[in-house]
Amino acid sequence: MSDDGIAGDADREPDGSLPAGVSRRRVDGDDRLCTRGEPVYGEPTDGEWRAWDAGRSKLGGMLELGMETGLVGGETALYLGAANGTTVGHVADFAGPTYAVEFSPRPVRDLLDVCESRSNLFPLLKDARRPETYAHVVEADCDVLVQDVATRGQADVAARNRRFLADDGRLLLAVKARSEDVAAAPEAVFETVLAELRETYEVLETRRLDRFHDDHLGVVATPR
Amino acid sequence: MTESDGGRGWFERAGSADPADAAETVTAGTAEEPRDWPALAVERGYVDAESEYYDRLREATTAAARAAAAERERADDRQLLHAVRAMDDAERVANELAERVAEWAGTLFPDAGTGVEGCLDLAERDPDGPVEERVVSLASRVADLDREADELRAFIESRAPVAAPNLASMAGPVLAARLISLAGGLETLAKKPSGTLQVLGAEDALFAHLRGHGSSPKHGVIYTHEYVRGTRPEDRGSASRALAGKLTIAARIDHYAGDRRPELEAELNERIRTIRARAEDGDAGGDGGGSDE
Repeated sequence: MSDDGIAGDADREPDGSLPAGVSRRRVDGDDRLCTRGEPVYGEPTDGEWRAWDAGRSKLGGMLELGMETGLVGGETALYLGAANGTTVGHVADFAGPTYAVEFSPRPVRDLLDVCESRSNLFPLLKDARRPETYAHVVEADCDVLVQDVATRGQADVAARNRRFLADDGRLLLAVKARSEDVAAAPEAVFETVLAELRETYEVLETRRLDRFHDDHLGVVATPR
Repeated sequence: MTESDGGRGWFERAGSADPADAAETVTAGTAEEPRDWPALAVERGYVDAESEYYDRLREATTAAARAAAAERERADDRQLLHAVRAMDDAERVANELAERVAEWAGTLFPDAGTGVEGCLDLAERDPDGPVEERVVSLASRVADLDREADELRAFIESRAPVAAPNLASMAGPVLAARLISLAGGLETLAKKPSGTLQVLGAEDALFAHLRGHGSSPKHGVIYTHEYVRGTRPEDRGSASRALAGKLTIAARIDHYAGDRRPELEAELNERIRTIRARAEDGDAGGDGGGSDE
């Protein structure tokens, strides 16, 4: 799909582009995305695999909808907006070194529990709008930048954190319309955010995540 | 940070190999640009191999996040609770003392004002003789207490948005602190049903009602909110129910999640607009109309 607008078309069949370490398995009678790792919040498991709930995770929703994330497994990842670690725990299950940035102290307590059983997950209580406060810790040339921050200026956050991403790296962004403007129509907000994003990134694919998350747009992009 | 820090990673700044030191540099350090820190750490002799680097990194970032989260939380709701109680105490004592001062000053200064205002004026005067000295001194205590109350209020206004961002934004910082104080903390407030939050501060009326005297109170301290006070009396029950409902959700988000959700505030604004529109519709409205969420 090109970057010429917001996809709202019918559900595409999920293709085989899941990264290594992410698998579709039958859990509790349903086909679910799964990763291998310690359960985090009591999610259903199948042996060493634990279900990745697309309704709790924007990245899970993007994978479930078959977006071309470019993930293959083993990436060096920077995750902005880790919150209580639900999604970043799955990322750490299939990726390599994973840096988890979260600004609110309360969810960081839960995030620390997720880090407990994952030796490749590094929590950072930092403001994603101020990358200079963690550039002395996060390594350069990350393969993937995952962003799920609920603040105004989401395109600006992505632009500021461009410095961590390898030139051929991927930005996997979940835009929350209501964080930018609660009153405006989501479509209009998405257009504005994408226009700003295109100043620093080439947008490869967009897709509404409404099946799992109201008023969210999934974006795959690469640095310009 | 100085320019020389530009090329230095977190592991090169610690004063010692002590993990606590490393955590401190993770928290306090900065750099303009990231670099290939794992390779540099090996090259510069901090670790022998990249795998060891990641072990140390994990140790340092985990310790730093735990310490920083604990410190930010300590600053939070307990401090607000004490601050708002102290502010109320300072105001109450200032008013009580001011009454005493007014009574006494009236016998000495025919133009003496009353209340805290009067004391602020008296405190500036040059006392003549030991009796006036006592009165002016007492008035200056009132002035001090009044200033302290102002400073406590400013403290609450700056801290409440950190401790409870959604609640403070929707209720206003002082009312947010009062609700936290009445509930005994943000966690206990987050666990209360909205009907309880609605009448926090109206316990006397509530228990009188439960004993069978009088009607149930429509609002407690949330009465001070413009959305209740500024709504016509027959719709205040609806307004305070709507406000309490959203403030309860705000307290829960603040306690369990901690991020800002401006949409919640937009929903409240919309709801209040609907309730107030009843007055324009000429609708008798009243408090019974039950379609509030």
